[in-house]
Amino acid sequence: MGQITLNKVRKAFGDVEVIPPLDLRIEDGEFVVFVGPSGCGKSTLLRLIAGLEDVSSGAIVIDGKDATDVPPAKRGLAMVFQSYALYPHMSVRKNIAFPLKMAGLSKSEIDKRVDNAARVLNLAAYIERKPGQLSGGQRQRVAIGRAIVREPSAFLFDEPLSNLDAALRVNMRLEISELHNTLATTMVYVTHDQVEAMTMADKIVVLQAGRIEQVGSPLDLYRTPSNKFVAGFIGSPRMNFIEGPEAAKYNAHTIGIRPEHLDVSNTEGAWKGVVGVSEHLGSDTFAHVLDTGLSEGMTVRASGEVALNHGDTVFMTPQPDKIHRFDEQGLRLS
Amino acid sequence: MATQHSRAAARAMLSPSVLLLLAWMIIPLSMTLYFSFLRFNLLMPGMEEWAGFDNYRYFLTDPAFWYAMRNTLVLVGGVLVITIVGGTLLGLLLDQDFFGQGIVRVLVIAPFFVMPTVSALVWKNMFMNPVNGLFAHFAQALGLQPFDFLAQAPLLSIIVIVAWQWLPFATLILLTALQSLDSEQLEAAEMDGASPLSRFIYIVVPHLSRAITVVILIQTIFLLSVFAEILVTTNGGPGYASTNLTYLVYVQSLLQFDVGGGSAGGVVAIILANIVAIFLMRMIGKNLES
Ligand SMILES: Nc1ncnc2c1ncn2[C@@H]1O[C@H](COP(=O)(O)OP(=O)(O)O)[C@@H](O)[C@H]1O
Ligand SMILES: [Mg+2]
Repeated sequence: MGQITLNKVRKAFGDVEVIPPLDLRIEDGEFVVFVGPSGCGKSTLLRLIAGLEDVSSGAIVIDGKDATDVPPAKRGLAMVFQSYALYPHMSVRKNIAFPLKMAGLSKSEIDKRVDNAARVLNLAAYIERKPGQLSGGQRQRVAIGRAIVREPSAFLFDEPLSNLDAALRVNMRLEISELHNTLATTMVYVTHDQVEAMTMADKIVVLQAGRIEQVGSPLDLYRTPSNKFVAGFIGSPRMNFIEGPEAAKYNAHTIGIRPEHLDVSNTEGAWKGVVGVSEHLGSDTFAHVLDTGLSEGMTVRASGEVALNHGDTVFMTPQPDKIHRFDEQGLRLS
Repeated sequence: MATQHSRAAARAMLSPSVLLLLAWMIIPLSMTLYFSFLRFNLLMPGMEEWAGFDNYRYFLTDPAFWYAMRNTLVLVGGVLVITIVGGTLLGLLLDQDFFGQGIVRVLVIAPFFVMPTVSALVWKNMFMNPVNGLFAHFAQALGLQPFDFLAQAPLLSIIVIVAWQWLPFATLILLTALQSLDSEQLEAAEMDGASPLSRFIYIVVPHLSRAITVVILIQTIFLLSVFAEILVTTNGGPGYASTNLTYLVYVQSLLQFDVGGGSAGGVVAIILANIVAIFLMRMIGKNLES
């Protein structure tokens, strides 16, 4: 079991309200990602769930029981910290065994569980080493190992991959997703990286300034962002926004169109512009098109083989059913 | 200092100070060694003669020597225990947020700036004096017989005085070590189900081990040569009850005018200090490696 409900949870540090009252339901076995820009209160929200911070008001219910005043250790949750928070003077084995030792398990049971975790996470080769002698990816695995041996009802991850290099990040992303499939335990995962959110989540919670902007599956958020913030945050490269007369044609204050929903042509199209910088990734080419006469420069995606050179004139046509319309407040017009 | 050239330059520039330090050490050391083999009494100037190991034999067989040896070790050990336990507790206390933190920290550091002679006199006359002392007043207020600390428990009294002086140093070092402890480690331990006591034992104490090692090593150097506190309070007495090696050397060479015997005592003290140093480095030196 690992069902978590937040009822009107509010958090203020002194006079500063970091999280205005907020409701959220996390189902058992779900992989939920909190995503939002830095400083929007993701870590704070996670720490409230963990019990490392007290809520200012509201209630946290875990598996049907009110856990608002339950100390962290008794909530049955395990957390992986951004800094990994490994105990530097203990070997990998002792680090992983620590929660079990604190729970007063027998020596043989501890050994069994630690060996099991070491096998699942492939850390048998360096189980006697100290954290200082491990690479970033290995430390990450140990931190996860320390979390899984407790067999918690839910895992909490706070930006666990932000200290890893790009290649390792992709690997660990897959491994964590795989772990979720194997264990089928609830996972709450915090990140500021929308790619991680899109690739890993069953359900994404987009936060801004402590408020929930939208909750939904990755494709829901991609297809029907409920406001301009979510539209701009989810998807890479960013959605293009156009205001003014061009938007008025669609009866909207602002229209948004993703780079991948613009058809590019050298001869004709709805909007004309001059190619600025283009980024050739092989599979795709992203070109920044300037002087479009629209409210700002546009990003377009073309297939990788298309040659778009600096200074070329191009025409762009939006796919009509992929245009997102927003009103003055930035809310979606259906 | 990567290249051959920069290494050579570094050596050249270091050598004057190294030579100076070497001379500074070698000359007094060899003079002490030399005197320790002479019959050299200040009351009989010009009568110095070679004495072989006589000075050592007299010094080592003097019953006062074993008293002094034991007192030295008890003094060092006692002060270390008090300052490290007290320093850790005070450090934990000062690490909390409370009103007037800055002022309290300055107050805690203050005893370190009081000269040993002054602080020992203050303790002797204002606290421990059986007639006028503060403790005597407390005892009388409670209807008890005042306790004459310096006469009844001279070594313990000196340990308390010296520990009071060194407590700020230990507190300061241990407080900075506590402040460098990553709070996420404590939170991780909290989530792992560790009680506050377990967190202290398994996370905080290991984190402090290096700082504690530094405190032990530095304090030991100074505590082996405690002198002023003994001179102004008990004069090493009653009997030899509060005489340490340093004080015994002083008694030998300046009160009994026996420079030869005093020098032999000095050499013995050097040997003792080195034994203690080797012992300590064996025991806790590995804490200093990162
Ligand atoms: N202990 C604290 N005291 C005061 N303000 C805090 C504290 N922790 C976080 N904040 C503030 O709360 C806001 C959200 O922080 P955080 O949850 O760490 O953001 P995120 O993890 O999304 O980057 C930030 O503006 C931060 O300054
Ligand atoms: Mg954060």
